[in-house]
Amino acid sequence: MTDFSFINAFSGGVMIGFAVILMWLFLGRITGISGIIGGIVMPEKGQVSWRVIFVLSLVTGGAIYPFLWGKDLSVTLDYSWPVYLVAGLLVGVGTRMGSGCTSGHGICGLARLSNRSIVATVTFIATAALTHTVFSLITA
Amino acid sequence: MESTDKGIPFSNLIIIIASGILFGLGLSVSEMVNPARVLGFLNILGPWDPTLIFVMGGALTVAVPGFQYARLMHKPVLGMSFSMPGKKDLDKKLILGAVLFGIGWGLAGICPGPSLVALNAFDGRIVLFVVALLAGLLFHDKVLSS
Repeated sequence: MTDFSFINAFSGGVMIGFAVILMWLFLGRITGISGIIGGIVMPEKGQVSWRVIFVLSLVTGGAIYPFLWGKDLSVTLDYSWPVYLVAGLLVGVGTRMGSGCTSGHGICGLARLSNRSIVATVTFIATAALTHTVFSLITA
Repeated sequence: MESTDKGIPFSNLIIIIASGILFGLGLSVSEMVNPARVLGFLNILGPWDPTLIFVMGGALTVAVPGFQYARLMHKPVLGMSFSMPGKKDLDKKLILGAVLFGIGWGLAGICPGPSLVALNAFDGRIVLFVVALLAGLLFHDKVLSS
């Protein structure tokens, strides 16, 4: 996609930044989405309901976006079903093994200046770029 | 945060809901909910889409000062303590996990946050991704690390 909008990208990012800051400053919680949903499927006593409420609110944010911004939520999927099955499994295993995803490491971890998160973020972005490049060449 | 499921205090509830909605709106406004945007960023040899860099830049512009300010606080405004991630060392699990995540993310262009927000598109492939994601999280804990 080449119709890049700096304003949309940056302002959306600022909103995400405020979202993670609210959770940290007020509740002392890292807003890592893989960790939050991991704590729902592998429940810890007393730590399930806030996670469910957060996930429902997250989905609601996407649901109300078209009404607030007057634009459709555009989700373009280029591949067939098996790709999403394999990708989902890898993302699940990988984020659990590596203790985080784009939000937990890429935003919260980098903002905390955590060494582990800096290494993880560089690793998953580089691996993803390489994977996409190779996969595009194979399927071209 | 309350450590029992007896009920979340109303003030905490407001923060959780506000943060979730703001996060979902942010992913929508920035179009990170669209896998085509993410793949455009990962497309280093072809036409390149810089969106993701500016989304992270916007988020970190707020989050870096916020997290650094938190160092001056003894505890969060409404909580008992900061739930600081415990691990400090760079280990093989961190690297291998990031590599596996990177492969999955590079294949489909979808990571956990956007996958949940993209459920609003009512496409079965997103549902499949989310189910597989949950299965992958479970598989790691129940099979790989037991």
